[in-house]
Parts: sequence; structure tokens; C-alpha cells
Amino acid sequence: MPELVITVARFGFLILLWIFVFTVVGVIRRDLFAGARSGRLVAAPRAVGASTGQPQAKPAKVKRGRAAHQLVVTAGQLAGTRITLGEAQITIGRAEDSTLVITDDYASARHARLVPRDGQWFVEDLGSTNGTYLDRAKVTGPTPVPLGVPIRIGRTSLELRP
Amino acid sequence: MTAAAAPAASPATTGEQPGVRLARSRRNAELSLLLLALVIVAAYGATVEATVLDTVTPDFWVPTAVLAAVFLALHVVIRFLAPFADPALLPAVALLNGIGVGFLRRLDLARAAPEERETLAIFAGNGGRQFAWTLASVVLAAALLALMRDHRSVSRYAYTLGLAGIVLVMIPAVLPAKYSEIYGAKLWIRIGGFSIQPGEFAKLALLVFFAYYLVRKREVLSLASHRVLGIDFPRGRDLGPVLAVWVLSVLVLVFEKDLGTSLLYFGMFVVTLYIATERVSWLLIGLILFFGGAYLAYVLGGVIGGPFANFHLRAEIWLDPFADPYEDGYQLVQGLLALGSGGLFGAGPGGGQPLEIPEVQNDFIFAGIGEEIGLFGLSALLVVYLLIVERGLRAALAVRDSFGKLLAGGLAFTLGLQVFVIVGGISKLIPLTGQTTPFLSAGGSSLMANWLLIAVLLRVSDGARRPVTGVGGSAARPGGGPPEQLHGAPTEVIRP
Repeated sequence: MPELVITVARFGFLILLWIFVFTVVGVIRRDLFAGARSGRLVAAPRAVGASTGQPQAKPAKVKRGRAAHQLVVTAGQLAGTRITLGEAQITIGRAEDSTLVITDDYASARHARLVPRDGQWFVEDLGSTNGTYLDRAKVTGPTPVPLGVPIRIGRTSLELRP
Repeated sequence: MTAAAAPAASPATTGEQPGVRLARSRRNAELSLLLLALVIVAAYGATVEATVLDTVTPDFWVPTAVLAAVFLALHVVIRFLAPFADPALLPAVALLNGIGVGFLRRLDLARAAPEERETLAIFAGNGGRQFAWTLASVVLAAALLALMRDHRSVSRYAYTLGLAGIVLVMIPAVLPAKYSEIYGAKLWIRIGGFSIQPGEFAKLALLVFFAYYLVRKREVLSLASHRVLGIDFPRGRDLGPVLAVWVLSVLVLVFEKDLGTSLLYFGMFVVTLYIATERVSWLLIGLILFFGGAYLAYVLGGVIGGPFANFHLRAEIWLDPFADPYEDGYQLVQGLLALGSGGLFGAGPGGGQPLEIPEVQNDFIFAGIGEEIGLFGLSALLVVYLLIVERGLRAALAVRDSFGKLLAGGLAFTLGLQVFVIVGGISKLIPLTGQTTPFLSAGGSSLMANWLLIAVLLRVSDGARRPVTGVGGSAARPGGGPPEQLHGAPTEVIRP
């Protein structure tokens, strides 16, 4: 084998290794941004336009401004966890099949759920032992959840974010 | 109005399609990364042959093709069983494993007599055995993915696994040396010409136990505590079982003279505690205990010898490997010389003298590879490890249950710590303790255990990245409404 070929192969291999590294980083990076964008693009809960009465122009504004797109855990053991909201309800509790499984001594197995209705998310207590609080008020029936207002379950706090 | 609302609803659902597509599985990205990794492995094999044999044999592609078949099969399995798993994990691991196999074959070539080299069978020697192990490991990883459809289901067997972990660690200590000792370390089970290292698997089992136990007790651990010297110590009875497991495994390992693994278990334990309780004091306590213990062992080994003599000797070698370069320090010195002669860009794959380093196929594989690909290539490999660990921690951050967080965080950290311990040992940053380099070193137990670890990480990351579908899995369904209401039926029916 000519010396030149071997030298080219040698350095080519090293360069390929780094190309691989940067490609992986690229995939990871795209992955991160895809996550952020999907938070904006996942549509608000169903019938967001129907409730405003002007289905043509309004929905876009509602989506940008006030609709909740993420559920963020702000305090407790799962702090930092984000769930991108779609149109499915979110169940919260210690039960393994909950959407958000919280291991909190003050939480019940099926503690509460968040349900989208007419463009608004409602929190509903599912008969928990220690109760669910929206900010300071105890949740008794389905209660609309404004953006940025903490829902407290035991030691855990959750917030809806745009 | 209702008639108008009905058509308005269907554009709304189609409008959500981008959202659904954005929560995509990224399996195609995984496939293309995997193909790139395989091209690199093939290039490595060809360069090795060109350098060692001075010609590229017509069937140089066969080893890569076999690996490609194995890894692509796993990729297909992931497509079906864990469609939302992290796309970077499999290709990164496949690259490391492929280069490991390639380097072991390169060692076989160097060992063979020059006239036999060109006809050296592909599935012979260390390289061939590593092939078989890779195949077995990937099959095991796929089986684990198939058996464990949800990472939370493992927590049911946590106590069984904890017990199994201890038993696995203890077997080599109890067995007579004839069946368990290789190079003075009693950590093997040898049956005939076949040996397995149960400690590698125990690592996984114990971590599941730690994660499960700490999730259940974390509140008590971080709240019911005594405050001593400004640091919160949990009550003994809460910590008892975990401490017992840990002390037992570490004692056994000290008895088995395997410092690397006991360091690994200690680090794993401290970090899971830290993740569970979010208290930095655990890291401080762990570091102080570790450095204190290591220094004490060093001093004791110098004064009374006995069980600590081994560690004392290793620390002495670390402090000055050139004091006795032909006897005690021989291995480390050869490794350092290899890294040094590799320089920035290395001697090229196949161009080094890896056989000068004792045990180059196991502990010192990083030095052997380093001589040939240089700092430039080694740092690429280290970054690949870093990316694997990062993806593991990422999965831990994103997953929505505490057990998964602890499991993935602990596993990813353990993998990173193992790489640190062995690479740090070879490059004389820390005293050398025998450890396998994950995915590179020859040896089936290590390869299998690490592939199982990756399978668990894949499963957790699948759970973390799977789009939230509520309980009814309604994202997949066109009209998500009815299943939700069915699920919530009890409350909905009783309230009105």
C-alpha cells in the first residue's frame, strides 16, 4: 500500500470520528429545539375558536396569547418536569398509570386531573384525602385554571404556562 | 350554530397534525446515525488491514457487515418496541462496540505469525469471541426491551433484584479461589474455560433496588433528620436497608480485592441518594468519606499491610510509576508511553505497538487505541461516552415518575463513573483500579451488562419522550373525546 493512501486513511478515519460526534450533537440539538417548538405548535384544547364565536380570526390570537401549552412542575420532587399539553386530560396522583406520577406522601393514588374544555383547562379533585388547592383556595368542583397560578397537591406545585 | 361548530372542529384536529408530527420518534435519525457509525467501523477495519497487512483483503467488510446486521436488527426491534427512545444512544454505543471489536481483531492480527495474517479467520481469537459476545449482548438487550414494556414494572421486583445483586456479588467471594480468581482478584465464576463476572450484573440489580427504596423513603430521608454540624443526617432506621446492602457489597468487594468496582458501587450509591434527596450534603459526605477512606487505606497498607497492601502498592505506583518501571509500574508505564508515542494524531490504526502493554485487550484498551488514534481520536471517543451519559441524564430529567428518574440518572452516572475510573487510571490521574472500559474491552460480562444498561436507558427515554396521550392513548385516535370521558366515568357520573 502506498504511504499516501495510508496517511489519507489515517486522518480520514479521525475526521470521520469527529463528523460522527458533530452529527450526533446536531441530532440532539434539533431534538431540543423540536421540543421547544412543539410546545408552541400543539394546538390549544379543542373548540378554542368556537367559544370566542369568531372562528376565523380569533383562534390564532388566543393560541399565541393566553392558551396554556405546557404544564410545569414548579415545586416538589418532580420540579422542572414539563408536559406539553395536547387535548388529552392529565391525571395526577401516585397511581402508576397517572400521566404525572408524583411520589408525595400527601398525595392520593388518584388525586386530581386537568381537563381541557372549551379552550380552558379545568382542575378537578378526584376525592383526594388532602385536597387540591388552586393558589390558596381548595378545589371543590371543576375549576378553571388561569396561566401561572399554582395548583398545589401535597408538597408539589404545578403551573400552566403558555 | 352546532352545524357550524362541527365542521370547525375537524379543521382543528387536522391543524393539530403538525403537533403530532413534532412529537416524532426520530427513528430515521437513529438509522442514519447508525449507518454513519458502521461506515466508520468499516473504515477502521480497512485502515487496520492496509497498515498491518499492507493490503486490504477482499473480505475486510465481513466483520462490519455482521455487526451491521446485528445492530440494524436491534434498530428494528427499537422501532417496534420503543419507538420514542432516544435516537443518539444506539448509534453511539454501536460505534464504540464496533471499534472495540475492530481493535481486538487488530490485536489478533498482531499476535499471529506474519505469514498467517492474511488468512486469519475472522471469527477466531479475541476479536471473534467479542463478535459472539456482541451478538449475545444485543439479543439480551432486545429481550429486555421486549420483556420490560414499561420501566415502572421493574420496581415490582426491586427487593428480589436487590437480593439477587448481593448474592451475585458474594458468589465469587465464597467460591474457592480455583473457581473464582484471575490475577489475584476474586470476582469471577469460572466453569471450564468459561468465566463470567457477576459483579457487572449485580450493578444493575442493586441500582434498581436503590432507586425503588429511595423513592419510597425519600420524604422521610430528607425530612426526618438529625442536624449535626449543619448537615442533615437521616435516621438510621430509614437508611438501614440501603446502608446494609451497600456495606455488604463493598466489604465483599474489598475481600475480593476489586477496588474499582467498590468505588463504582460507592459512587452509584452516593449519587442516587443525592438525586433522591436533592441534598448537596450527601455529595460532600460521600467525597469526604471516600477520600478519607482512601487515604486511611493507603496509610494502613503502608504500616500493617494485610488487606490494604494491594491498595498501598497501587497508590505508590500511581505516585511514581517510573520508580520501578520494569516490575510494579510496568503496565502503567507502558500505557503512558503508548499514549505519549501516539501524540496528537496517533500512529494510525494498526500502526502502533499495542502488544507492548500487558492486558491491552482489557483494562488498557484505551491506551492501546490511544497510541493509534492519538489525542484527537481519543477525545472523540470520550465525547461519544459523554454524549451517551448526557442522553441518559436527559432521559432522567424528562421522565415523569421518580423511579424512572432515579433509575436513569443512576445508570447514566454509573456508566460515566466507570469510564472516568478506568481512563483516569490509565492516564495517571487517579490510582489505577481494574475496570473494564464499557463497550470496548474484551469480555462478555461487561459487554452484556452495559448493553442491558443501555436497554434500560432506551426504555426510560422512550417513556420520557412518548407524547402525553392521557390515559386513553387518545393522541393516536382521531376523535380523542370519547375515551377520555370513559376513563373519567366514575366522577362524571356521580357528580351531576
